[in-house]
Amino acid sequence: MTPTLVIESLQVTYAVAGRSLAAVRDVSLAVSSRECLGIVGESGSGKTQVFMAAMGLLAKNARASGSARFDGQELLGLAPQALNRVRGSKLTMVFQDPMTSLTPHLKIGVQLAEVLVSHRELSWRDAKRAALQVLERVRVPEPQRRLQQYPHELSGGLRQRVMIGMSLLCEPKLLIADEPTSALDVTVQAQLIDLLDALRHELGMAIVLISHDLGVVAGLADRILVMYAGRVVENARASELLQRARHPYTALLLKCVPNLREARLERMPCLPGQAPSPAAAEPGCAFAPRCPRMTERCKAERPPLRDIHESAQVACHYPLFP
Amino acid sequence: MSEVLLEVRNLCVDFGALAALKDVSFDLRQGETLGLVGESGSGKSTLARAILRLIPAARGSVMWRGLDLLSCDAATLRRQRRDLQMVFQDPLASLNPRMTVGETLGEPLKIFEPALSSLERRARIDDMLERVGLTRTMADRYPHEFSGGQCQRIGIARAMMLRPKLLICDEPVSSLDVSIQGQIVNLLLDLQREFDTAMLFISHNLAVVRHLSHRVLVIYLGRLVEIAARDQLFAAPIHPYTRELLAAVPDPTRARAGTPMVADAKMAAGEQLPALDQVACGCAFRNRCAYAEPNCALSAPELEQVAAQHAVACHRRRELVYS
Repeated sequence: MTPTLVIESLQVTYAVAGRSLAAVRDVSLAVSSRECLGIVGESGSGKTQVFMAAMGLLAKNARASGSARFDGQELLGLAPQALNRVRGSKLTMVFQDPMTSLTPHLKIGVQLAEVLVSHRELSWRDAKRAALQVLERVRVPEPQRRLQQYPHELSGGLRQRVMIGMSLLCEPKLLIADEPTSALDVTVQAQLIDLLDALRHELGMAIVLISHDLGVVAGLADRILVMYAGRVVENARASELLQRARHPYTALLLKCVPNLREARLERMPCLPGQAPSPAAAEPGCAFAPRCPRMTERCKAERPPLRDIHESAQVACHYPLFP
Repeated sequence: MSEVLLEVRNLCVDFGALAALKDVSFDLRQGETLGLVGESGSGKSTLARAILRLIPAARGSVMWRGLDLLSCDAATLRRQRRDLQMVFQDPLASLNPRMTVGETLGEPLKIFEPALSSLERRARIDDMLERVGLTRTMADRYPHEFSGGQCQRIGIARAMMLRPKLLICDEPVSSLDVSIQGQIVNLLLDLQREFDTAMLFISHNLAVVRHLSHRVLVIYLGRLVEIAARDQLFAAPIHPYTRELLAAVPDPTRARAGTPMVADAKMAAGEQLPALDQVACGCAFRNRCAYAEPNCALSAPELEQVAAQHAVACHRRRELVYS
């Protein structure tokens, strides 16, 4: 399979009050065409920053180095105009909060049509027709009426469907969905995961699904990449990772997903402690302070991301499975 | 059995012409945790706020240890506030950004225990900070310096400062990472045991509710549709809506293999909660329900006992018990 997006040795640092904070530390990954890659990690793990860097959406005090190639074209350092031709058409992103990502004072129909008028130079009439079709595609009930409505008139789940529809207007090759269901009810979340799965097969696009919840990612991803403190700590096929998590962090994350399958425990499983600050620069493994398998070696020597076999990598001195 | 602290009877809340809550009745005992589950717009927060009289109720009563909170005068209500506390969903937005953590935690003491010296107050604040898993030095810092999980601990500390008899938690873990939701749930469990607090715990995720509730209320469009003891509800849910909520809980071990998470075609088609004004008659859930029959459009089902500690509002409850 040909990779659609290739990220190599990506570093993202923030200059804060004269200090340099590392949000992403040497991340490499590839998204194949038609693949769904799940990115899992806690708040502050850098999972969103990787893709904000690729999209050229980092804050002003951030610096990205390394490489991010989309369809062979280098995105880092690309001029804004050239970047705009890629963004929103072939490479699109859907964000967590469906209320704040839509413009509150424009009707849904206008916001959708505008994308095609600016990217595809369609007439407003044709663009509106395409907007209606895309709402049907994302299974919005009564699409004709929705075009005339404002974002506040829609429920959270419908707004997220509209956002996904908007991202599909120019038939993207890659859709990056950043916590698309975290603000929604579990029932609506399940609907949206099903919708994304159907769309990627219908449209033949690749999806990157970013979430703190392995339960959500498991519903969709072919491959899962786990991030901790700005680094990739595990990368494997979804079925393999969910059944035989090698990194202790992945195994603990899996245990934390509240489920109804296992017998109820007296206490709810959770990760003790907190993710390290981006200012931290200890020589060892960043997860060591929270890790049940930690040894002196873990504190002194950072485990590199090494190949287990051709499609699985782990960064741990003492993985749970060989 | 411990003392019944709260008796909610036929509580109704109207927003204009819309009935946001309709005839909600339940009891809550000392030391008991009641889980309240439903989707956005089902009236969970409205119920919490109506109980505390933060919004006006249209009809019904809320008896708090023999006192009707809905009809008592403002001064009497204010005296009760120290026993009625709340933890909110957004941990950062529910803290005053201009007050240090110590000032936030000291405020309830200044109001309800004005005789305390500032040293005594500081000691109580320090104790509570350590009790919720934070450190004393954090008292002098501001909310923006903390992570979401830490802010939620501060919110819980504030609510517990006066050792309330009732704690209402409105989606206290929904905005937190899955990895630390358990920390907050376990903290609430510990505090409740220690202080014998009654708790109303609101969430849209049944898997979270299961961990700390003694009984569970399921609410749909402002109506209670199922009430059951925890194990009863999870082992033998009856109402089709409860079953739908259970099916939606994500499970990382569930094989994907092309099977949609949403089995019901109507739901998968993106049908949302119907507008409140469209369900004037009949069962509110019927348009989404796989078991609906013509009778469901004619009359709204009443909540009826099906077993000890298990009541359901569904016309087809008898058939569903065995399915």
